[in-house]
Amino acid sequence: MIMILNAILVLVILINLFALGTSRMKALIHAAALQGVLLGLLPPLVVKDVGTLPLLMAVMTILLKGIVIPNMLLKALRDAQVKREVEPLIGFMPSILLGAVATAVALALAGHLAPPHSPLGLLVIPTSISMLCTGFLLLTTRVKAVTQVIGFLLLENGIFVFGLLLLSAIPYLVELGVLLDLFVGIFVISIIIHHINRAFASQDTSRLSSLKG
Amino acid sequence: MNWLALVILGVIAFVLSGPVGMLGRRSGNGWHWVSAAVAVAGGMCGLVAAFAVLLGSPSESLTIPAAAPAMTVNLRIGPLSAFFLIPIFAIGSLSSIYGLGYWPQSRHPRNGRKLRLWYGLLIAGMALLTLCQNSIDFLVAWEMMALSTFFLILTEDQKSSARQAAWVYLVATHLGTLLLVALFAIFRVINGSFLLRPLVPDQVGLALQTVIFLLATVGFGLKAGIVPLHFWLPEAHANAPSHVSATLSGVTLKMGIFGILRVLTLLPARPPAWGIFLLGLGAVSAFLGVLWAIAQHDLKKLLAYHSVENIGIILMGLGLALVGQAEHHPIWIILGMAGCLLHVWNHGLFKSLLFLSAGSVIHGTGTRDIDQLGGLAKSMKITAAAFLLGALAICGLPPLNGFVSEFLIYLGLFHTMARLPILSLTAAILAMVGALAAACFTKAYGSVFLGTSRRVSHRAHESGPTLWIPMGLLAAGCVLIGIAPSLVLTPLIHATATWSGQPSPELASLVPVKTITILGVGLLAAFGAGWVGQRYFLRRDRTGITWGCGYIAPSSRMQYTASSLAQMLLRALGPLVRQRRCEPQISAVFAGTGQFETHADDPVLKDAVEPVWRRLRFMLAGGQGFQRGSIQNYIFYMLLTVLVLLAFTLPLAMLWNWLL
Repeated sequence: MIMILNAILVLVILINLFALGTSRMKALIHAAALQGVLLGLLPPLVVKDVGTLPLLMAVMTILLKGIVIPNMLLKALRDAQVKREVEPLIGFMPSILLGAVATAVALALAGHLAPPHSPLGLLVIPTSISMLCTGFLLLTTRVKAVTQVIGFLLLENGIFVFGLLLLSAIPYLVELGVLLDLFVGIFVISIIIHHINRAFASQDTSRLSSLKG
Repeated sequence: MNWLALVILGVIAFVLSGPVGMLGRRSGNGWHWVSAAVAVAGGMCGLVAAFAVLLGSPSESLTIPAAAPAMTVNLRIGPLSAFFLIPIFAIGSLSSIYGLGYWPQSRHPRNGRKLRLWYGLLIAGMALLTLCQNSIDFLVAWEMMALSTFFLILTEDQKSSARQAAWVYLVATHLGTLLLVALFAIFRVINGSFLLRPLVPDQVGLALQTVIFLLATVGFGLKAGIVPLHFWLPEAHANAPSHVSATLSGVTLKMGIFGILRVLTLLPARPPAWGIFLLGLGAVSAFLGVLWAIAQHDLKKLLAYHSVENIGIILMGLGLALVGQAEHHPIWIILGMAGCLLHVWNHGLFKSLLFLSAGSVIHGTGTRDIDQLGGLAKSMKITAAAFLLGALAICGLPPLNGFVSEFLIYLGLFHTMARLPILSLTAAILAMVGALAAACFTKAYGSVFLGTSRRVSHRAHESGPTLWIPMGLLAAGCVLIGIAPSLVLTPLIHATATWSGQPSPELASLVPVKTITILGVGLLAAFGAGWVGQRYFLRRDRTGITWGCGYIAPSSRMQYTASSLAQMLLRALGPLVRQRRCEPQISAVFAGTGQFETHADDPVLKDAVEPVWRRLRFMLAGGQGFQRGSIQNYIFYMLLTVLVLLAFTLPLAMLWNWLL
């Protein structure tokens, strides 16, 4: 069980690095979708007795993060007719390096961070931290709205992974509620992207500064 | 009977009164009446329950459990909370009735619904505040009250004066809440729970308790309007609709007093210095409040400054009771506390009455500038009578209620003569305040209701029954407490005993209740006889211009104005009042047309708050560079904040351990 879990987590980290390095938005969305599907497999893996709730959670996660949200983003992409992230505030290569450094630091600290007697192995917390860092990097260095949404998505994925540790303590209802929030949030953002694009012919968030007082 | 449930029912009714009024058409009055009916029904529920608890029913508590520990709701009704619930529900109901005539939906389609929504929430928030037993609930109810007040001040948001007043208020109230959060955080750390339990005497040192006391005085004092924390008050109360001003002045300010009382019940150490501090603060507030009131010529601002004065008087009673506790003089405690609490009721009654009468004047004439009014006693008889009664009550004259509560404080201060004669000196200040208040209301009543109409008042018309019925009820309350103070003795004794935590001596033996009643009835009889005699036996049918002074062609400009009546007093006490005079410069032998104006600004606002505010803005201007306007930057700031907070957690914990 731990083997499969660790394998999935390693894949997730690789997807993070890929997300930091790519400039094509379509590939970015596909990577996020794949990551969502992988995360959806996790809840039934980590609980002892697989009941309805973990399965429901898995299905909902795969459905929303793997299919619905990526499709909404792809549609927003088509509407807005953007293909590439140009002029990021930090280049793609340095982004990958920063992400790698963050992951390495998280892994190095893994021994200190793991909760005592955790049955899930050492990899969960470093993966979660690595995903949080990736999300923040995307959010702070990219300018296109769709990329920002992906950054937000990765950030939330990191929290999701962290939540695995607490699955017995936090009711599933809370997790599902978070999922619903995420969905609504991205739904609203994609509508906004659509409308901003129609009104201003650009969705470059760095141009939003004209609202500054 | 479950009285607490009845109070909660009343709270729910007030919350619902706003939304109910939104059902109808925007320009129709029908649902406005339904909304007022719901509010009054809720008010009646609350009043019945509060009176029952106050007259001896046992206290009741209610705990609503929640998943997270901090979200548990603990409510409790005892004599002290019931005492404050009565003005809340009474004035809440009466003002809702008044609103029917004063702010009808059909004439205010734009903001009538908004007004009722926030008004219901304000009353509900205040009622909940008195019941809360844990600090989270307390802060939630507090903010509910504070923010509703903000939106109520902003009722006429098209006026820049209202926006300005609301803005100053918002800053002040948030400053207060910030201090309260600090206060309750300290309690949480000491007690280990959010429940507001009294501290154990040996648990905390006097220094930390004094810090708590000062935080409470400043945090709640900002709401109560103690000088110099009153700077937001006059403009805010002047710019709200009159029945809202009546509630803000008559009830909401008292929540600050309630907060101070509530925190004091939790602190075991009560050194005499605290009491003397509050007594001095109260004396300063009372004196400066009435002095600044005299300089005003906006009717509602004048009344608002009188609230500062009366909060000062209430605070004097509280200070006396505190000194009594420290020095173990039960007589001081009961007289001071009874005076403080009774003045809370009384000020609620007469200040609401005055604001409602002022609202009636505004309703009839369309202005609140005293210098434009005059001679209204002829066209608005009921309003004039109500205002006169309120004015007599606020000056502390028998046979009205203001006299009774001030008399209790005087008595208490006289009792200190033997032990701490320095305290009894404040009795002299109280007397001075009463005299100045009388002068101020001579000016206000004289300029508004007597004389001849100046500019606009010829259009004045008397208001309808929805306006004068609430005024009449409030006036009846003033007279009732003034003539038969024995009625309020039991509530006062219960509430005082709850606060001080020890049985108090019989109040009735300390206060000559019977004498007050006989005196009051005698005065009323003499007044009645005088009125009958004047009306039926000395009847003269000559009507002329008031203060005609035998001129051949007197005009309405040849009479005392609000400024000129106050001029002598203000000149004598000049340095304490911030008055701007715009005088015409006369250079030629034959002077041309000129204009004379005086403006009375708030000294604290103009000389302290505004300079500090400007300086702060100047200093903080450097921070504008951080406002880059890019989302990427802001997310980065959030990340940094989280990291910095994480890094700070450790040193802060160490600092706390050191303080404890």
